[in-house]
Amino acid sequence: MIRRRVKRSRGGGFDLRIPADERELLRSVGPQLRELLVREASTAQQGEDSAVSRLFPVAYPEDEDRQTEYRLLVHDELLASHLGALAVLEETADSDHLDEDQLQAWMRALNHVRLVLGTRLDVTEEGDERPRSSRDPRAPAFAVYDYLTYLQGDIIEALSV
Amino acid sequence: MTAVPVEVKEPEIEDVVVPDRPWIVIVWNDPINLMSYVTFVFQKLFGYSLEKATKLMLDVHEKGRAVVSSGSREKAELDVFRLHEHGLWATMEHDS
Repeated sequence: MIRRRVKRSRGGGFDLRIPADERELLRSVGPQLRELLVREASTAQQGEDSAVSRLFPVAYPEDEDRQTEYRLLVHDELLASHLGALAVLEETADSDHLDEDQLQAWMRALNHVRLVLGTRLDVTEEGDERPRSSRDPRAPAFAVYDYLTYLQGDIIEALSV
Repeated sequence: MTAVPVEVKEPEIEDVVVPDRPWIVIVWNDPINLMSYVTFVFQKLFGYSLEKATKLMLDVHEKGRAVVSSGSREKAELDVFRLHEHGLWATMEHDS
């Protein structure tokens, strides 16, 4: 049976019980996403990396002018918001205790990682794309995705109680 | 000192601002965001009850999309922005 990683603490905030190997994974995903976000910000062409553009969705799909205006207006702010959540995850990746704002930042940052990874892996609701064998070269990435999904679910459950 | 004017000019009908058609904010289904996460985000951003947030989430999941909020263009843009901050696939359009 899998032990819960995140629990609301009686004294306020949340207690984390995350094994060392998982901590290592959590420390590594932050800088990787940061690099992708910064690269996205420096490329003039929108939608160059479809996985990263998933984090900057189109608000006006049927109105190009308004979309251009909207993107100019909010893109930097949205990037700053994504980077802000990521910074909290990076700063507190080794913590045993988080307050509610910090845990919500984890929730957002981990979800961003899942969105990028899941888009790259062409994840579907049916799950037909799943590797059948552990020798499949995509198996490690799916393992990371599944772990983050599990942790994300645990975080939401703790926040919802 | 100023006296109260005896004659008050009636506002002309044409001056009355006709409220814009409202904008609606739509969240689309995607295979990555968790159902529990989407429900949580609807509650957090819009203050919806668990029941209402769950119903909207199920609409997104089963029908492919749901209207989650509406209002002025400014309000809709802010709602879209906050949904994008949370990684939800949100768009906005004029209510038809």
